Amino acid sequence: MSETITFTIDGVEVQGAPGQTILEAADAAGVYIPRLCKGEGLAPRTSCRVCTVMVNGRPQTACSYPISDGMVVENETEELMTFRKNIIDMLFIEGNHYCMFCEASGRCELQALAYRFGINAPKYPFMYPKRELDTSHPDVYIERNRCILCGRCVNASRDEDGKGIFEFIGRGSEKKIAVDSSRGLSGTDAAAADKAVEACPVGSLLPKHRGYDIPVGRRAYDAAPIGSDIERHRKERNNE
Amino acid sequence: MSSDPRKGVKDICSRVANDRTRLMDVVRDVQATYGCVNDDAIDLIAEHLSMHRVEVEGVVTFYAFLGEEKKGDVVIRVCDDVIDEFKGSDQVVRAFCRELKIKIGETTPDGRISLDSTPCIGMSDQAPAALINDTVITSLDACRAREIVQALKKGSAPESLVTTLGDGNNSDALIGAMVNNNIRCRGEVIFAPFADGVAIEKSLAMRPAEVIRDIKTSRLRGRGGAGFPTGMKWDFTRQADGERKFVLCNGDEGEPGTFKDRVILTECPGLMFEGMTVAGYAIGAETGILYLRGEYAYLRKWLESELEKRRSQGLLGPSVCGKDGFNFDIRIQMGAGAYVCGEETSLISSCEGQRGDPKTRPPFPAQRGYLGYPTTVNNVETFCCAARILDKGAGWFAKLGSDESPGTKLLSVSGDCRTPGVFEVPFGISVREVLGLVGASNAIAVQIGGPAGEMVGPDGFDRAIGYEDLGTGGSVMVFGPGRDMLRIASRFMDFFIDESCGYCTPCRVGNVLIRERLDIIRDGRGAPEDLDYLQELCETVKVCSRCGLGQTSPNPVLTTLKNFRNQYESRVHAAAPGLRSSFDIRAALAAGEDIAGRPSEHF
Amino acid sequence: MAKPKIATTSLAGCFGCHMSILDIDERLVDLIEVIDFDKSPIDDIKTFTDRCAVGLVEGGCANEENVDVLRSFREYCDILVALGGCAINGDIPSLRNTVPLEECIREAYFDGPSVYNPDGVIPNDKELPLLLDKVYPCSEVVKIDYSIPGCPPHAEAIWIVLNALLKGEPIEIPYEYMRYD
Repeated sequence: MSETITFTIDGVEVQGAPGQTILEAADAAGVYIPRLCKGEGLAPRTSCRVCTVMVNGRPQTACSYPISDGMVVENETEELMTFRKNIIDMLFIEGNHYCMFCEASGRCELQALAYRFGINAPKYPFMYPKRELDTSHPDVYIERNRCILCGRCVNASRDEDGKGIFEFIGRGSEKKIAVDSSRGLSGTDAAAADKAVEACPVGSLLPKHRGYDIPVGRRAYDAAPIGSDIERHRKERNNE
Repeated sequence: MSSDPRKGVKDICSRVANDRTRLMDVVRDVQATYGCVNDDAIDLIAEHLSMHRVEVEGVVTFYAFLGEEKKGDVVIRVCDDVIDEFKGSDQVVRAFCRELKIKIGETTPDGRISLDSTPCIGMSDQAPAALINDTVITSLDACRAREIVQALKKGSAPESLVTTLGDGNNSDALIGAMVNNNIRCRGEVIFAPFADGVAIEKSLAMRPAEVIRDIKTSRLRGRGGAGFPTGMKWDFTRQADGERKFVLCNGDEGEPGTFKDRVILTECPGLMFEGMTVAGYAIGAETGILYLRGEYAYLRKWLESELEKRRSQGLLGPSVCGKDGFNFDIRIQMGAGAYVCGEETSLISSCEGQRGDPKTRPPFPAQRGYLGYPTTVNNVETFCCAARILDKGAGWFAKLGSDESPGTKLLSVSGDCRTPGVFEVPFGISVREVLGLVGASNAIAVQIGGPAGEMVGPDGFDRAIGYEDLGTGGSVMVFGPGRDMLRIASRFMDFFIDESCGYCTPCRVGNVLIRERLDIIRDGRGAPEDLDYLQELCETVKVCSRCGLGQTSPNPVLTTLKNFRNQYESRVHAAAPGLRSSFDIRAALAAGEDIAGRPSEHF
Repeated sequence: MAKPKIATTSLAGCFGCHMSILDIDERLVDLIEVIDFDKSPIDDIKTFTDRCAVGLVEGGCANEENVDVLRSFREYCDILVALGGCAINGDIPSLRNTVPLEECIREAYFDGPSVYNPDGVIPNDKELPLLLDKVYPCSEVVKIDYSIPGCPPHAEAIWIVLNALLKGEPIEIPYEYMRYD
């Protein structure tokens, strides 16, 4: 078996190892492909569709699709950028995202993606859904208004914390995140230190008593767009 | 029925040996026994099956026929498909509501009767139709609805509402349905006589690889709509590594306007089971599963008896037809009201006792399918074709139909035509020829392939039905003069919104946005630029969605935008400069005026 | 040649975005060199006196007067800018959008914990604009040419956008001033 796999992303040759996904290989090569439901170290869920790329002309999710020799991947085409923007817009208008009082603002990956894509205002009308909070637990709370149904907490709680606290209930536009107790989060063994809490890309699953602990200006995406860390690899390599 | 739910749920769980992958059977039985799967039942099931309660809750809240809220002992589900609507289902619903004194979604105060709506139940050729528990009632009208309520109120069982039996096997005691097959046209592949066992015997005389070679030579492609070459699928499954392999039959016929599998299941289930058995031999499987949509529960006893008959004939079970080492049996997995489960990976999820979410591909089912084992999932009609090919030969089959689409195809035709029903026709037949067969010379539009397919206007009536042009799983809906294409498209979008699993963003959110803008246009508040907005939105959903549902759900709008663009253009108007005609100031003020008790000073 | 005119207004907003306009600080003097303010709380002109090159709208539409003012802005301004989160998506005032209007009024005049209303009166003078069923983002009522996000937008973002608009140059808000909070 060959040790390296060579393929292209937007015409640029990229090398990866057998078994890698497009996203993993692209990250290692310093090519940023936007993603949202794919959490660091978590199995891909392929639910948000933000990492949709064209593989040999067909849409696939970069977070799950395995690389192979000679594969032609399109990432930053005008069409794909429009689709991704539209999907980010959909996530904004589907929930109730009030960034100005959200504790996750500045480190929220949805917000950061919108910044990166230069979205000043979503193009779709807002839905203003009625959603429930779960503040029953002493240390952790669920703010469903901000939930983007990515499922990272589901995976992290099941695979990393070994607790299986979260799962989705309902379907379609009624789908929502639920917990493993009829008494809400307080009926579970959730803890503020759970990987599931850390995994939430937005301000939906948050530890209590922490508040706005990082000052504006020093938050994760205050200085540079999301993905800059990945792209830095490439710049550094090109400068070598 | 057990009076103690603790014991009752325990018994239900033990019937499946507390196997969590059989959760669908458990929750269906609990629902049937107690009218709901409530919090307590969810806790008990989770305990017995050793799973998280939220996983059970996730499944219960996924399927339309299951629920945490108590339903009546009798649940009336009126089909709200667009075909049923055009045949008068609204009057039927109104009659039910009036007679029961409840609205759709409610239960009578005495807790006995619930009224619901449900998408296509596979009876479009005898619409309006309804399910009353598992009993199918066809050709309804307001008068019949009133009689039904009166009978139910007097304590009649739903089965007793069937007064006249349908044609063919529908009148068999094991089915006892008023459903009619309405077979209008019999072809050589599906509806020709067939002697049980011949295809199996011929297969067993060959090596499995040779069986697959024959299927490949026949160029058989999937009959569910997607048209993947069946031989390739079997070959992939055969060649994949796996201790066990599975054959799944997709009997979740849910595409609105499709009812041909219903007729196969009624008239020639043997042919289908024969095809499954052949597939089992070809790929090296010991187990087949027929996934039967919840709406077709009335066929279950009949199908179980057919399986039993085949076991007694040696066509199923250990050493099938005396062939040492080939053991194969089939079980039936009931669905519970979810169109998305017709998507092959959702169907697998459902068979595994999970929410009917589609799975990430790759890996494909042929590599990792049911319970992680290599699995082939084929349509009911595809298995019938496979059995016939083994009997009559690949060359014989390949000569039928058109070059790219060999064989015959079952079309389920409904809507504004004289003879709705099932037609077995050679592939390649033109839309116009089909309209001639069904008596619909004045049709203004035909929806080929159901809502997920294409709406074709008269200038497309010479197009051919087949994989090369108008693909279809079998649904052909005919619309006559006066039918409003935008209304039909909007109703189709309602369907997709209701049936989206909600897993991925574009399908969950995008379909709602499509319908919203479409309805603004229908309401006369649309602007010309809304057509571009719709186009781009539809393309986003189509390209980016995770499974076939979202990849086709914008088709009602995309294909009418293409083929009936004038109907959109005549309804959009440029707003006064800079204004949004979609904003309805009168509607926005209604509540405020009402509360203040005075009209607006401004508007 | 006459200087181009700029109009500003605050609909269902908190005037925070206008504070951000003032946060342009001493450069306001430079700005006044090249533009005139028309209808705006900044110069307290109540009605449009002329056509304007740019209209800056803070806040969404919570009542009928907001709609009226917004439509007049659309009518008088060549370029209409949604200034800040409330104009773009309703923001804080739109928190009421998940609650039926009648319930909102009950909470405001009867049930709220700090309400003192012994006579049980809901103000209902003809001068009081009627409330809309929900708070509408400006773009749902009229066409918006450009949006500056932020709660409030950064003064620098406003400055950059205004300059670009006045010069007819392409607008690009630098990353550090692209904020929703």
